Amino acid sequence: MSRVGIVAERAGETRVAATPETVAKIRALGYDVVVERGAGSASSFRDPAYAEAGAELVDREAAWASDVVLKVAAPTADEIALLTSGSTLVALLAPAQSPELLETLRARGVTALAMDAVPRISRAQSLDVLSSMANISGYRAVVEAANEFGRFFTGQITAAGKVPPAKVLVAGVGVAGLAAIGTAASLGAIVRATDPRPEVADQVKSVGGEYLAVEVAEQMVSTDGYAKATSEDYDKRAAEIYSEQAREVDIVITTAAIPGRAAPRLLTAADVASMKPGSVIVDLAAGSGGNVEGSVAGQRVVTENGVVILGYTDLAGRLPGQASQLYSTNVVNLLKLVTPGKDGTLALDLEDVVQRSITVTRAGETTWPPPPVAVSAAPAAPAPAPVALPKEEPRPGVRTALVLLGIAALFAVCAFAPPPLPQHFLVLTLSVVVGFYVIGHVAHALHTPLMSVTNAISGIIVVGALAQLVAPSVLVQVLAAIAVLLASINIFGGFAVTRRMLGMFAKGGPR
Amino acid sequence: MNVVEIANSVAIAAYVVAALLFILSLAGLSKHETARRGNRFGIAGMALALGATAWLVVAALWGEPHGTLGLTLLLIAVVVGAAIGLWRAQRVEMTGMPQLIALFHSFVGLAAVLVGWNGALGDAHVPDELVGIHSGEVAIGIFIGAVTFTGSIVAFLKLSGRISSKPLMLPGKNVLNVAALVVFAGLTAWYVIAPGLPLLIALTVLALALGWHLVASIGGGDMPVVVSMLNSYSGWAAAAAGFLLGNDLLIVTGSLVGSSGAYLSYIMCKAMNRSFLSVIAGGFGIEAPKTGDEATGEHREIDAAGAAEMLKAASSVVITPGYGMAVAQAQYPVADLVAKLRARGVEVRFGIHPVAGRLPGHMNVLLAEAKVPYDIVLEMDEINDDLSGTSVVLVIGANDTVNPAASEDPSSPIAGMPVLRVWEAENVIVFKRSMASGYAGVANPLFWRENTQMLFGDAKDRVEDIVRQL
Repeated sequence: MSRVGIVAERAGETRVAATPETVAKIRALGYDVVVERGAGSASSFRDPAYAEAGAELVDREAAWASDVVLKVAAPTADEIALLTSGSTLVALLAPAQSPELLETLRARGVTALAMDAVPRISRAQSLDVLSSMANISGYRAVVEAANEFGRFFTGQITAAGKVPPAKVLVAGVGVAGLAAIGTAASLGAIVRATDPRPEVADQVKSVGGEYLAVEVAEQMVSTDGYAKATSEDYDKRAAEIYSEQAREVDIVITTAAIPGRAAPRLLTAADVASMKPGSVIVDLAAGSGGNVEGSVAGQRVVTENGVVILGYTDLAGRLPGQASQLYSTNVVNLLKLVTPGKDGTLALDLEDVVQRSITVTRAGETTWPPPPVAVSAAPAAPAPAPVALPKEEPRPGVRTALVLLGIAALFAVCAFAPPPLPQHFLVLTLSVVVGFYVIGHVAHALHTPLMSVTNAISGIIVVGALAQLVAPSVLVQVLAAIAVLLASINIFGGFAVTRRMLGMFAKGGPR
Repeated sequence: MNVVEIANSVAIAAYVVAALLFILSLAGLSKHETARRGNRFGIAGMALALGATAWLVVAALWGEPHGTLGLTLLLIAVVVGAAIGLWRAQRVEMTGMPQLIALFHSFVGLAAVLVGWNGALGDAHVPDELVGIHSGEVAIGIFIGAVTFTGSIVAFLKLSGRISSKPLMLPGKNVLNVAALVVFAGLTAWYVIAPGLPLLIALTVLALALGWHLVASIGGGDMPVVVSMLNSYSGWAAAAAGFLLGNDLLIVTGSLVGSSGAYLSYIMCKAMNRSFLSVIAGGFGIEAPKTGDEATGEHREIDAAGAAEMLKAASSVVITPGYGMAVAQAQYPVADLVAKLRARGVEVRFGIHPVAGRLPGHMNVLLAEAKVPYDIVLEMDEINDDLSGTSVVLVIGANDTVNPAASEDPSSPIAGMPVLRVWEAENVIVFKRSMASGYAGVANPLFWRENTQMLFGDAKDRVEDIVRQL
């Protein structure tokens, strides 16, 4: 049975990697849990609460010496020195940006799991820290902007005059962007959003925003769930839109980030200078270079024309209780994944893409970067994207040839056949076409009734059999009578059974 | 103008109206709101056609020497046929619907064969220049009818479990099928040139054998497609009879049924991500069975009490039924369970895979029988994106349609088939009799997923247990 240690973060990091609630869940997986004293105080989780949940309160060294150490921010060199060789560390490691950190961890013999390297596949959603933190950041960005903004968000007509609603532009519709749109819209602002991926338009609409499309002949379809760099044409047109919007809106929230690269520059200094005094910009990408010229990571900047630029990088940490709750739940879900036996032993399965992706160092080796994982991020395509079978489609040429051949054959038959065949063929072709169109949009639930009705209708062959009853030969008459009998079973049975079935279909509201 | 001529003109007029009513009937059947009206249109059209033809027959036979026999036969055949049909329709269990429909198709096929034979035996007053064409029509009519007849009989036997639903694997079966078609073409040509009864008998036997072999080599899992395909064939058989008798109503109605059935089969094939041709040729079973590294794992079991607890705590539940629900007759307890859960404020919906069951729309009919409101019964595409936000999914008697291998394992025989992504839900409870694999013979990794629990036993008993616990 392994011991899980929850360590206190350094000053400036308000979150904690486990809450009393998740401590209980970790214990349910078979682990012993120790918590460094005061670890949760910045997020308002008191030591007694942890003790009540079954954790043992220990000092700093003891917590760091656990088999599995849970943490939020990346550890410093001093902290890594406290880890025992062979232990496992779970934290936000930003593996792409911090090769030295990985090297130190590797040298220490630590298995490091980066919570921020979870691949964006449906199965891994429950561990996706980036999403859960981005959600908080988006919300907090609006709250920070509202704090700085000298007016209402919602429009009002009062005895003291009319207040126009605030106009908010959200650049980048990821999780943070959507959260920001939803929050700003619920405060009553007019919200517009931009994003290079046109498929997010519906998502924007669903949270109450308006999507500004960048009209160029390029559509970006995301294959890994994240935005990619854009083309020149696109950038030019987008820059025009940002300049237009900057003059008009009161609040800009930029969330555009490309994993592993510097953030794209969306607003230039000129754009910022064209904004109204008192406007607010929140740059969520300030930490990775900034979407806005003039934003400073972690700082509040006021420009000459009175525009406030907030470059806070700890937005999620400004809601410590909420952020800790979500982060710690993500961590528990990770532990569930790597503890298949629920017996308190951590067993990494590197065949599993999720576990492979987050494992950045292991047994003295650096295992970053992982092999790429292709995921379908486009909700519009429900077809299973990862596997595509080579399908034997007839080539277009062959298909056209077949169609032409069919038409030629029909033509030949009708041209050379004596009457009444051509008329019959005309009737046949028209009915075939009508048949296709008539049931083109049949509801799936009605397939069975449809089939039993067509079955009854195909009993129409009775008409032919009846006509043959007229014949003078007794043999023919008897055979025809049998045919009539069979077809009658079909007709009466088919319609009756359809009636019975349709009688059962009932629409019901809540019962 | 004598009576027969008047009856004839009336019949032709009636046929035009009847054809129109049949089109309206099919159109009506495509929506819930208009479905009942559609059925009534169909009945009206059929009554009109039948009435007009009956009058024509009576008028022609009245006073003729062979009239008494003809009229007696007419009366007996219609009355007995109607009685049998209505009796079967009243008695059939909704779970037995696939068999019944397959059996009905075979009747149309046999009737078409008889009509074809009559065309050959009787004196049809064919002008000399049309004799060849008439013979060709006879041959084609008998052929389609006979294939439909034996094909439907085999489908009926497979569906009702009287013969094994495993695909029959004769060596070189595709060659056999093609050879049968070639021989048929040869026999037809021969028969056109020199009509003779032995030839016609050979042709009939050939067609009967082909129909048998075609359906026998298709596995039970593909039965929805087969039934719908046979439906199409029965239409074409009627259309061929129409050519033979020069009756436009038969042509119109037959090709309506034929083309709509073909289209329905095509929709189903698309839902299974398979080529239409390979299903018809029975090609699906060939690429199985995968040998070697059968992925296996440990499964977890749950009991009815545990399942009930889980359902009580759930905020949303999705039920994905399959053929197993039909076999166990579990639709009524399932409906009870749904009503109980909804009364507790749990959101309950059904997710129906397009090929669940043995008949297109089979599950919908069963749920409707148990009075489950149809607006909570959703199609795969409608529900798939919601599954990840669902607390509990109950998989009742479904297997291949919820197999994650279809979307995650490119080497799986069912790779690429769209499936219900139930494994994305928080919890999955699988009702199953044992750990055996489904019709496609493919192991289902869903069963050893971490969020999956197995509830073994008869689906009906287990659901009733849960209802009692609630």
